[in-house]
Parts: sequence; C-alpha cells; structure tokens
Amino acid sequence: LQESESENKLDGETASDSESKSEFGGSPPVPTSDDTPEVLNRALSNLSSRWKNWWVRGILTLAMITFFFIIIYLGPMVLMTIVMCVQIKCFHEIITIGYNVYHSYDLPWFRTLSWYFLLCVNYFFYGETVTDYFFTLVQREEPLRILSKYHRFISFALYLTGFCMFVLSLVKKHYRLQFYMFGWTHVTLLIVVTQSHLIIHNLFEGMIWFIVPISCVICNDIMAYMFGFFFGRTPLIKLSPKKTWEGFIGGFFATVLFGLLLSYVMSGYRCFTCPVEFNNDTNSFTVDCEPSELFQLQEYNIPLVLQSVVGWKTVRMYPFQIHSIALSTFASLIGPFGGFFASGFKRAFKIKDFANTIPGHGGIMDRFDCQYLMATFVNVYIASFIRGPNPSKLIQQFLTLRPDQQLHIFNTLKAHLVDKGMLGRLEDA
Amino acid sequence: VDLEERLGELDLRSDSDIPDVPPPTDSTPEILKRALSGLSARWKNWWIRGILTLAMISVFFLIIYLGSFMLMLLVLSIQVKCYHEIITIGYRVYHSYDLPWFRSLSWYFLLCVNYFFYGETVADYFATFVQRREQLQFLIRYHRFISFALYLTGFCMFVLSLVKKHYRLQFYMFAWTHVTLLITVTQSHLVIQNLFEGMIWFLVPISSVICNDITAYIFGFFFGRTPLIKLSPKKTWEGFIGGFFSTVVFGFIFSYFLAQHQYFVCPVEYNSETNRFVTECEPSELFQMKKYSLPPLLQAVLGWETVNMYPFQMHSIALSTFASLIGPFGGFFASGFKRAFKIKDFADTIPGHGGIMDRFDCQYLMATFVHVYITSFIRGPNPSKLLKQLLILQPEQQLSVYKTLKSHLVEKGILQPSLRG
Repeated sequence: LQESESENKLDGETASDSESKSEFGGSPPVPTSDDTPEVLNRALSNLSSRWKNWWVRGILTLAMITFFFIIIYLGPMVLMTIVMCVQIKCFHEIITIGYNVYHSYDLPWFRTLSWYFLLCVNYFFYGETVTDYFFTLVQREEPLRILSKYHRFISFALYLTGFCMFVLSLVKKHYRLQFYMFGWTHVTLLIVVTQSHLIIHNLFEGMIWFIVPISCVICNDIMAYMFGFFFGRTPLIKLSPKKTWEGFIGGFFATVLFGLLLSYVMSGYRCFTCPVEFNNDTNSFTVDCEPSELFQLQEYNIPLVLQSVVGWKTVRMYPFQIHSIALSTFASLIGPFGGFFASGFKRAFKIKDFANTIPGHGGIMDRFDCQYLMATFVNVYIASFIRGPNPSKLIQQFLTLRPDQQLHIFNTLKAHLVDKGMLGRLEDA
Repeated sequence: VDLEERLGELDLRSDSDIPDVPPPTDSTPEILKRALSGLSARWKNWWIRGILTLAMISVFFLIIYLGSFMLMLLVLSIQVKCYHEIITIGYRVYHSYDLPWFRSLSWYFLLCVNYFFYGETVADYFATFVQRREQLQFLIRYHRFISFALYLTGFCMFVLSLVKKHYRLQFYMFAWTHVTLLITVTQSHLVIQNLFEGMIWFLVPISSVICNDITAYIFGFFFGRTPLIKLSPKKTWEGFIGGFFSTVVFGFIFSYFLAQHQYFVCPVEYNSETNRFVTECEPSELFQMKKYSLPPLLQAVLGWETVNMYPFQMHSIALSTFASLIGPFGGFFASGFKRAFKIKDFADTIPGHGGIMDRFDCQYLMATFVHVYITSFIRGPNPSKLLKQLLILQPEQQLSVYKTLKSHLVEKGILQPSLRG
C-alpha cells in the first residue's frame, strides 16, 4: 500500500482512481479525453507517461502565469473582463455537472433558468458597482439614471420572474430533483458570482489587493506540491490523499516569504497601489494618486530574537508587508479548505475534474477552487482594517436626504469636529 | 451513458426513495374535540381551522398592542421555528445514514447568520446606546470580520466532517441549510427593517397576505370551479380573482384606518434616555390627507368629484396587488416542496393548520418586496447609518466632507452663512 501510494503521488495523478475503485466495486473511472495539443504530444512522445504528465502540467502552469502577467499589464478594464469570463466559465462547469444528472429525466428549462438567474444576479451586482464607481457618468445619461435609481426594484422583478417560471416548470414525480437543482443553482451563484464581484471590489481598491492574494494562493499550491513531492510523508486529510503535512507546513512558510517579497516589489509602483478610478473627462481608468501611508517605507525595530539571527537593528519595510503576512497566512492555512471542499464535491459526484478545459489541469474551477474563500477574506479584511467608507459615496447619500435630516447630520458632525479640536474658532473655514 | 448511470445512483432516480414520513399526529386539544364531537368530520375540520385562525389573529393584535420590541421577538421566534421545521425534514433523510454533525452545524450557521444581521441592524439603530459601551464598540467596528471568522469555522467543520461514501448527501444537506438560511433568515430581517420604517409597513403587507388567503379560500369554497394550477388542486381561478379584488379593497380601507395614528405611521426609534422604543414624529407627507380628483370614469360611478385620501393608500394598492398575484407563488413553491419530500404539512404545531411554515409560506416574497419597494420608492438612505459612517472617516476626510456639506446647505438656503449655528 505504501508503494502504490507513493507511486500515485509521484505520478501526479489524483489517488481518487484507486479510491473510487474500492468504493464502487471496480467500476472504471470516467475516461477524460486527452486534449493535449498535438505539438506537445509529439515533443514529449519519447518520455515515459509519468514524466510526460509532469511536463504537460509544468508547461501549462507557465503558460497560465504568463497569461496572468499579460493581463495585469493590459490594465483594470481587461482584468475585469477576464474575471467576468472566469466566473461564467466556472458557473457553466458546475451547472453542466448538475445538468448531466438532470437531463436524463427530460426535465424542462433547467439550463435556461440557470443562465437566467446568472444574468439577474450579475445585473444586480454590476448595477451596484457601476452606480458606486461611475456616479457622475450615470447621472449624466438619462436612461442610466432611471435604471440606477430603481435598480433594486428592477433586479428584484427580474429575479421574481425567474422564480415564478421555476414554480410553473415543476413536473409531477420529479419535484425533488427539481428542488435539488434549484438549490444547486442558488448555492453555485452564491459561491461563484458573489466572490467574483468581491474580487472586482478588491481590484478597485488597488491592483495590489488583487494580485498579492491570488499569487499567494497560486504560490501555496505550487510550493505545497513541491514540498510534498520531495519531503512528503504524513498524509494530511483523507479527502485529498495527495496532500501531506510536510507539504502543508513547507508551503505555509514559503508562501509567507513569497508574499513579503512580492509586496515589497509591488509597493514601489503607483500603478499597483493606487485605487482605480474612472476619469470622466478621458472616459478611461486611471491609477494615479498620492500613495497612502500603507505604501510608504517606514523604519521598524526588529524584535530582539530576530536581531541576533538577522544581524540588523532596524529594517525598512512597507506597512503593507505586515498585512501581506496576514493574507499569506490565510492563503496557506484556510485556503486549502476551499480545495478540500471541491475535492469532496468531486468525490460526491464521482468526477475526476470539473471539465477538460486545461490539459493536465482539468477545468477552470479546478484552478480556482482555493481562490474563493481568499476573495471574501480580502474583502472583509479591507473593509474591517484598511479603508473606511467612501467619502464621495457618503456625500451622494447625504444629498438625497430631507433638509431637516441634512441639518441634523451637519450639526452632529460639526459638534464632533469641534470636540476633536479640528474646528476651533474657524467657523468660516 | 456511463457517467449518467453512475451519477444517477443515489436517491435521485425518482421521488420514491426517501423513507416515508409518519402521518402527523392529531394534536387538537381535548376541549375542542369534546365541544365539536357532535359535528360531522368535514364541519369539524372547518370549525377547528376557523377557531385557530381567530386565535392567531388575536395573538397578532395583542402583540401589536405590546409594541415594537415584542414584535421583533415574535419575528425572531417565528424565524427560528421555521428554520427548525425545515431542518427537521432534511434531518429525517440524513439521519437514516448516521451522519455526524448535521444538526449542530445547521444551528451553528443559523447563529452566525443571525449574529451578522442583528449586528448590522443593532449598530444602525442603537448608535447612541452603542457609543457608550466600550466592549460593544470593538464588536461593532470589526463586526464583519468576526462574523466571517465565525462562518469560516463552521465551513471548516463541515469539510472535516465529510464521510466517505456519503459525500453527495452531505453536500446536498449543506446546500439545503444555506438555501433555508437564505429564505427564512434574510426575509425575517427584512421584516424587521420594514418594521422600523413604521409599523404600518409591517402590518399592511402581512394582513394583505392573510386576507388574500382567507378570501381566496372563501371565494373558492362558494364559487370555485376552474382549477388554477396542478401543484395545488384546491386552488381555483375564481378564488384567485375574487381574493385579488377583496384584498385590494381590504388593504385600501385598512391603510385608511392605520394612517391616522402616529403609533403606526412613525419610524420606530430608540430613545437612549428612557431606554425604550418610541414612535413619535411629525407624520410624513405620505400620511397626510390630500385631495385627489377622481378620473371621469370613477366620477360617474361614485358620484363624487374629489376624494380625500392618504397617499399611502395608493401604495397599499401596489402592496395588495403583489400579495394577491405573486404571493401565492410562494405558496406553490412550498406545496411543490411538500410534494417533493412527501409530507402533508411542515410540522404539527398548529392544529388544523400544520406548522408555522405552512402559515408563512406566502409571506416570504412579500417581505422582500416591501423592503425593495420602500428603498426604491419611499425612503432615502438611513440618516443614523450615514452619520455613523461619517464618524468613522479619517479626520481630514471628515473636514473636507464638512466643508462640502456646509457649502451645499448654504446654497440651498437651509443654513444661514453668517451665523454660528
């Protein structure tokens, strides 16, 4: 057993094949069609299949990372589009799995309704984002203004239509399956769509808040794999037999270090640290600002313990690097639970991969399963520890209040500022 | 074909696989049984339902009289009971496989989500109360982070509780819990938000749904002939349309009476000095009588040229229409759900009526609709929430906001530029 386990680990194949064999009495796993491009096939034809798989995965990994860098270079708008595409593809992959179960019973409207709900939820979220960030643009165009004023009502009406369609589509004898699929669609929306919008919010906060978390998760994946490959011995969790404690811990330390270095490099550039803003005059996104104090070098005293190790008394760091430690820690310790969740899901529905989109890696969902919790965490982290509310948004809300409410707020704010000593005798300031 | 066969293995092939739920026990109290022993079964059932309906309506009136705080507690209890009923149904399927932690995890998630929502509400409405206490300050400031951390713990517990060979069922139950939370807990918090807007926004929608239920039943009983939908064979088109018109008229008249009392019309506020809820204010223009000129068509019918109405009554028409036309879909959804899991009622809590869920299935969509309606058409943002956010800003930001506000107010003539006040 020891030998076959290590054989599986070296192969890079998931051990779910042997797992599923014992579970389901010898039924063969679903064969995945090999869509490795012909070019690669020929180039690697003389290697044994074990190393071939390793090379295919390696090449594709490099290809994806290169692609990631290109997109970053192209700017926020392209990034937003890519996030949107990834979200749609993930949703499609999950729904297809459900559909394979559902379709065998000739039940109507499942796919149409799922896509419709995806559209509704995206419309709702994009509407909220657009209203916040493109406020002046929206106010200028009359149809946009009406759409944004009654946005929630319109989204709700759209959702309700879908809900009523679902109720009308219920077919006798298959109610339970239909309700399961309804639940399936909604949980998928909750996971995939909400997270993708949180990613876009993080992006608007500054590209560094988008790049560092995603890179940490990717780094943790790769580092844990490497540490596991070379030093792996103790299995981590029954769900994913490939994972080991050595890989987990090694990956943790490597990721924290990587996060520190990456943030150091990125904090120096304005295009990464400034919030993304929409410039009304040029009708494009700009990233230009005075870097906040998070991104200004400061002297930190090294604690005595580390002083003897490292030999310096103080070190110059960006405060953001301290935050990056928190982000990397989350990516290494809790992020993998997203991966275990996805592994359990794949076991539950007896599939090896979500889809065959990326040769050697499986579907898009397979690559993004650890990212989900990360996006929510970063968003909550920013909202709790970094930024306060957006002042211009507050002013907009203020302008819609009634005069007596406006006066009340103004007076309370004034009293607060006088209290703090910001507004002394300078009444006319 | 291979994939489909293997995916179809678990209990999805047809609806006949789950263990049948034992028939509900008859929990009618002894007193009622003896009093009605002389009647035939059909009328007996009718009387039981009727008496319980009156009992529930009386409890409702009593709680309204007792005030907003009691109403909030009532809403919370109903939410917990509905959640419990739905989870129990799921548990019956789940339990047969001896799977761990489903109930604990479900209650834990309920606690987390409630903590999150109440934290957001409490922070908004009890701002002055909260400012005074240090520990609460800390909890409020990092509220989202704490809620997320609590939720994550539950998520990790779920992942660690996965048992080989039963993954699919466990994932279904996880989704079950989350969809239930989405439906019951979110809606109950929207109900409370509506309540804080003014008790009339809580009473009129709920009464319209109840009225629609009752009048549709009565119209169906006397005139029902054409079935409405296969899901609920008892419903008829005559009941549906009759219920619609009666509900609109009822809503109209009921709002007229409620709009006259400050107790119902004013937003609920928390008075930190007396530590109580107060409903006292200058009624907004929605609740001040206005003259409306009738369109010529109605003039001929009614014989009046103008009529004195509250603007709120126009809104009540929208609310009643929704309650009669779309509300029933919530009921059909619940009927479909009961068919799917082969249960007659959600539980046996109320004799003759079933569980609490059975009474509230039409209310769900209503609460969300009222909330969306209010935010879109009635009120603007919440002033105290806005104030709270202003006070969190950095001092330089506060100063610049202050200057912008001041110039705006001076421009509008609300503030005198030269005085100090």
